[in-house]
Amino acid sequence: MSGQTALSSNATAPSRSQIDTVLRAILRDVLGLDEAQVEGFDGDTGLFGHLPELDSMAVAGLLTEMEDRLDIVIEDEDVDGEMLETYGGLLAFAEAKSVER
Amino acid sequence: MAIYDTWRAPLPGGKRAEEIALRFDRGREHRLLVLPPLFDEHNKTRHQTVETMRKLDAAGIDSFLPDLPGCNESLAPLENQSLTLWREAVSDALMHFRCSHLLAIRGGALLVPQGTPAFFYAPAQGKPLLRAMLRARTIAAREAGRDEKTEALLVQGREDGLELAGWPLGATMIRELEAAEPVIGPETRIVEQVELGGSPLWLRAEPGDDPQQAEALTRIVASGMLGS
Repeated sequence: MSGQTALSSNATAPSRSQIDTVLRAILRDVLGLDEAQVEGFDGDTGLFGHLPELDSMAVAGLLTEMEDRLDIVIEDEDVDGEMLETYGGLLAFAEAKSVER
Repeated sequence: MAIYDTWRAPLPGGKRAEEIALRFDRGREHRLLVLPPLFDEHNKTRHQTVETMRKLDAAGIDSFLPDLPGCNESLAPLENQSLTLWREAVSDALMHFRCSHLLAIRGGALLVPQGTPAFFYAPAQGKPLLRAMLRARTIAAREAGRDEKTEALLVQGREDGLELAGWPLGATMIRELEAAEPVIGPETRIVEQVELGGSPLWLRAEPGDDPQQAEALTRIVASGMLGS
């Protein structure tokens, strides 16, 4: 836990907007953007494969940070091009994982 | 003023090798050994670490940033190193540079000898560091059309070592990373990211720096060491 925006621990699954907020905060940290820039992300905003700085190590850091701040576990087989390609794909994945936990 | 100096660090088999250290040394009373993060996180934060040392110098504190064997400019092969050897190297560096305190960042905290007055900035456990590196490897493999599994890689790594995200790690290093935790005692001051503001620089896809964070970290370390 890096002490940045994370979910508060409670028993119920987090809401869509909570997950959205945490995910934007992680992308802000990883991509070195400011708040306004990540606020501009929509479902179609391209991530892995669209941003040259987002290499495999940066994506690995992103996923590990998602596990930490969203309290989820991401398996090898969860990671595919579709979930990483757009912001919408990543958000849908994070939501599905948060329901599982 | 920053100067490059050398010191002799332990190697496997009781040998020693000359390694470089960056020092801001005016022979002052307050002397701090700086341990950067490990592996990829080290590269991401090197600029920020040196910037912090420059501010510590201005605050009246001498500081020393040693290359551990296998890291940065070192000629020693990384695959022969282990956390145990690095801990020994840190103890030697503390004595060599006559440091009373340590500033350890992220995985650097895994190398701090028990009982040393230390600031741990966002200390990391070994397991998640290893997990992120394994994941970087499986993602890169998938991009290249190969299917690699974390669990199988780990089994292989514990026996034979592994190259992860460009870092050749020996079997001992992998086994030690899996279990390593920072030793936190009454002499440890943990510095959380929220105390510095801004976002954690080791997470950045591209290395960056943040003078305000360096300033905030310097204030915390200076107030701990100088009691101001």
